[in-house]
Amino acid sequence: MKYLLLIYTDEASWTPAAREQCVADSTQLCHELHTRGQYLDASPLHPAAAATSVRVRGGKKLITDGPFVETTEQLGGYFLIDVANLDEAIQIAARIPGAAKGTVEVRPLIELPGLPTTTDAAL
Amino acid sequence: MPTQDIRTIVDAIYRAESSRVLATLVRLLGDFDRAEEAMHEAFAAAVEQWATAGVPENPRAWLVSTGRFKTIDALRRQTRFAESMPDLARWQSTEPPDDLELDEPRFCDDQLRLIFTCCHPALAPATQVALTLREVCGLTTEEVARAFLTAPATIAQRIVRGKAKIRDARIPYEVPSLADLPERLSSVLAVIYLVFNEGYSASSGPAINRTDLSSEAIRLGRMLFELCPDPEVAGLLALMLLHDSRRLARVSPGGDLILLDEQNRGLWNREQIAEGRALVNRALSTLGFGVHAIQAAIAALHAEAPAAAETDWRQIVALYDVLLQLTPSPVVELNRAVAVAMRDGPESGLQLVDAILDRGDLAEYHLAHAARADFCRRLGKIAEARSGYTRALALAEQEPERRFLQRRLRELG
Repeated sequence: MKYLLLIYTDEASWTPAAREQCVADSTQLCHELHTRGQYLDASPLHPAAAATSVRVRGGKKLITDGPFVETTEQLGGYFLIDVANLDEAIQIAARIPGAAKGTVEVRPLIELPGLPTTTDAAL
Repeated sequence: MPTQDIRTIVDAIYRAESSRVLATLVRLLGDFDRAEEAMHEAFAAAVEQWATAGVPENPRAWLVSTGRFKTIDALRRQTRFAESMPDLARWQSTEPPDDLELDEPRFCDDQLRLIFTCCHPALAPATQVALTLREVCGLTTEEVARAFLTAPATIAQRIVRGKAKIRDARIPYEVPSLADLPERLSSVLAVIYLVFNEGYSASSGPAINRTDLSSEAIRLGRMLFELCPDPEVAGLLALMLLHDSRRLARVSPGGDLILLDEQNRGLWNREQIAEGRALVNRALSTLGFGVHAIQAAIAALHAEAPAAAETDWRQIVALYDVLLQLTPSPVVELNRAVAVAMRDGPESGLQLVDAILDRGDLAEYHLAHAARADFCRRLGKIAEARSGYTRALALAEQEPERRFLQRRLRELG
């Protein structure tokens, strides 16, 4: 079962040192998940100020600056994992550094058959 | 055997066994809705087949095997048309449930799994309660709705959404790991206590339904204690039994609230008190007791006093001190203040309550103002008592509590 772990924190609350520590801890967690066969993908995101929102209405592209919604905590990164059940996903979510500062939202994926895989793309 | 007799027997077995049959079927079939359907088919088959073949030696195992077989059979026929092959392969790969697998410990395990799944913290508390009453206690959706004074459609929706979340987010059907057990157990205890309190302190609605909820909570507590004899489970069961033992004494024939010191102790249920006290002693003699055991110990001290004046307030204050350390909260502080007032006099209680209120805590909590008013009344500060009761009355929402406060105001003259 695949889960997307979305990490929301207050961007302003991170000091450079805390950010560095977070990256180091997250990287280690990724390697640990990888050895257990639970790692699919993970990445930090640039601040919400770098976000662009795109809507298509009546065939016309509407481009706006900023994230989909302005909130006190912003989406700052994600993990994509493959584990047996929600309890295992929660256990991993609780170990993400951002969970101690903000919130990690755990979303199960709907797995569609017939989608291209990363290996297909490489060929 | 005549069909009518078989129906009576099957009905009795349904009441006693349905939640256990369901729990095991959920494990075997991996899905709540399928398990429920399988269970109903199994009971329908029982009515048909037992009339000629007689009641099997182990009806529960028979019902599980029959329900499982019927589901797999139906699916096998469907597979020609539908895409349920992976499911089918999965069930067939698991060993068929022979007699060894359907023994008592296995059934207990399954029931514990069911409780933990229904009370999973990833479900909203109201959903946990509805699912537990429906799936573990076997109440109908209508019964749950009546007990919570909610429309059946609302409860039905809650249950459907809960099952969908269990399925889609894959909430496991498992007893949590030892590391997670204390946290997960406290979530189960919270659900049971919520059900109990809804039955115990509800102010409105037909009283009989509410009593049913308290009994259901006690039954759940007993079940959980049998499956998982943890000191906190013992503590909660004891707490519910001790509170419930005073049920008849705490409400007047007119439906008014009667406080502990004015209750007719002859109406207290001695059997429940004895059982509650034994559980408290057991819990407190075990490492790992917690807030429920301490609260139960306090309730036990009240239950042991032959008269209100003979209550051991010294020990009760000591227990509140322990409780405050385990779970610091202004409400616990308030309760401790009331106990201190009983031990040392109303002046001490008044100082403690004022300290809480001065901090800004509990300013909107009617019982804080009622307690303060009560201390003032006993100290002869009538004007202050009156304003305290008035403030409490403005904040109180439960009808019996409001009537009690109005009575106190009248008594002040």
